[in-house]
Amino acid sequence: MGERGRVEYFLQQFINGIALGSIYGLVAIGYTMVYGIIGMINFAHGDVFMVGAFLALIAFLALVAIGLTAIPLALFLVLLIAMALTALYGWAVERIAYRPLRGSFRLAPLISAIGMSIVLQNYIQITQGARVKPLPPLVTGGYTLLEHDGFAVQLSNIQILIVLTTFVLMLAFSWLVAATRLGRDMRACEQDLKMASLLGVDTDRTISLTFVIGAALAAVAGIMYLLYYGVIDFFIGFVAGVKAFTAAVLGGIGSLPGAMLGGLLIGMIETLWSAYFSIEYKDVAAFSILVLVLIFLPTGILGRPDVEKV
Amino acid sequence: MSAPLLSIRGVKTFYGNIMALAGVDLEVREGEIVTLIGANGAGKSTLMMTICGTPPPREGQIIFDGRDITRLATHEIIRSRIAQAPEGRRIFPRMTVFENLQLGAAVTEFVHFDEDLERVFTMFPILAKRREQRGGTLSGGEQQMLSIGRALMSRPRLLLLDEPSLGLAPLLVQQIFGAIRNLNEREGLTIFLVEQNAHHALKLAHRGYVLVNGLITLQGTGRELLERPEVREAYLDGGRVPRD
Repeated sequence: MGERGRVEYFLQQFINGIALGSIYGLVAIGYTMVYGIIGMINFAHGDVFMVGAFLALIAFLALVAIGLTAIPLALFLVLLIAMALTALYGWAVERIAYRPLRGSFRLAPLISAIGMSIVLQNYIQITQGARVKPLPPLVTGGYTLLEHDGFAVQLSNIQILIVLTTFVLMLAFSWLVAATRLGRDMRACEQDLKMASLLGVDTDRTISLTFVIGAALAAVAGIMYLLYYGVIDFFIGFVAGVKAFTAAVLGGIGSLPGAMLGGLLIGMIETLWSAYFSIEYKDVAAFSILVLVLIFLPTGILGRPDVEKV
Repeated sequence: MSAPLLSIRGVKTFYGNIMALAGVDLEVREGEIVTLIGANGAGKSTLMMTICGTPPPREGQIIFDGRDITRLATHEIIRSRIAQAPEGRRIFPRMTVFENLQLGAAVTEFVHFDEDLERVFTMFPILAKRREQRGGTLSGGEQQMLSIGRALMSRPRLLLLDEPSLGLAPLLVQQIFGAIRNLNEREGLTIFLVEQNAHHALKLAHRGYVLVNGLITLQGTGRELLERPEVREAYLDGGRVPRD
């Protein structure tokens, strides 16, 4: 590999990193939103992402079984179905495991979250089996951006799909938070839950909707993961969840742009580490970031210092 | 005489095992300014929050406009047109003045938003100037005006004001109290005011109550209470009534 080849290798890894980072970013949003509004880490969120991937797979197989084989239409329907059903899971998790503990001691919902995570993993393991579930590649093909010394920089259609979908969702979501009544209520709850209720905001409903939206975004990430890697199992939520959580902390927990930025950075770090050092240690690299950020930059890149939270 | 707008009967409120209100009875009639005075920690703010159901009372009853609101959720109580400008103002720091006011108007479904906004801006012109500024960047006095303005955006039938004069310069206190008097006299708004500034509050109010350790120990017209030696002793600087 010559000097040019090295640049191309880096470019390829960069593209791969952005695609992976988009997936982490979508999941990280869910962590950061819930933390912002009720100050807890929803450790079951990674498993909601996993459930989303399974629901997408089931929805796809069901559509194929009823004879729907036009892939773009099928994918669109799968997206809608998986988002809706996963949102229902997100809602149920909050309703069952967290709401009864509101006003309880601070660790209670965290413990409940870990319990919920185990419940979801076991539930999928038992109902869907422990084996890896494959999906044949649906979105194939792509573009060769550069070719030199026999090394081609590829931009695959699936990567384009992932980045575009993420981009569109982020725009829609930012608009929702900044410009709609629900978004305003969510920000009010995030800044002062009690005051929001003193202005007539139904805080329970707003919190529920926060979980619903976070779960729907995680479902999209689940579909992307399924399409990108082609295999899923009941355990993918754990590793992806902890990485997305790391992304949220890196970006600044509670900050929405921070979650997206953190996702992209973690995706990039993981990919580049795998490319240049060792693929076995890619998770170690990602989690070392978590430790380093917590020690040296606890508020994250775009996070606010705690002083502002009165 | 018609039934009071707000009637509180035997209300007991607890924080964990600690009793903060030990059986409070109190009434606010339509068109009145009623004030509640008392020392720090007597339970004044707890009573304000208990009226709004956060926390709800463990015992007793709260009737608003003929309806039992004791067990309603906070947002339902607020939607029955009680508004509170709470202790510490609680402005949303990372929202603009305008957004803070929008949140105040939510219970009206924004049907007369522009009109109400105009009214608040007329009452506190500085808020119009600060319209796009974040709440956290306002001065204490501006935040207090925003807090009251935000409460008014919901067109309340009863306005709860918790220590609106706290931490403000004397001139601002006069301005705020003047605004409160205008609201009551010109618009007939019913106001329940909690104050440590007993002198000002009792001069302004039609009636007043004194709260000591979670119990009402005295009540009467503002003038009557101002004359009571125990009130002067405890709340009016040893009986030396300040001039204003």
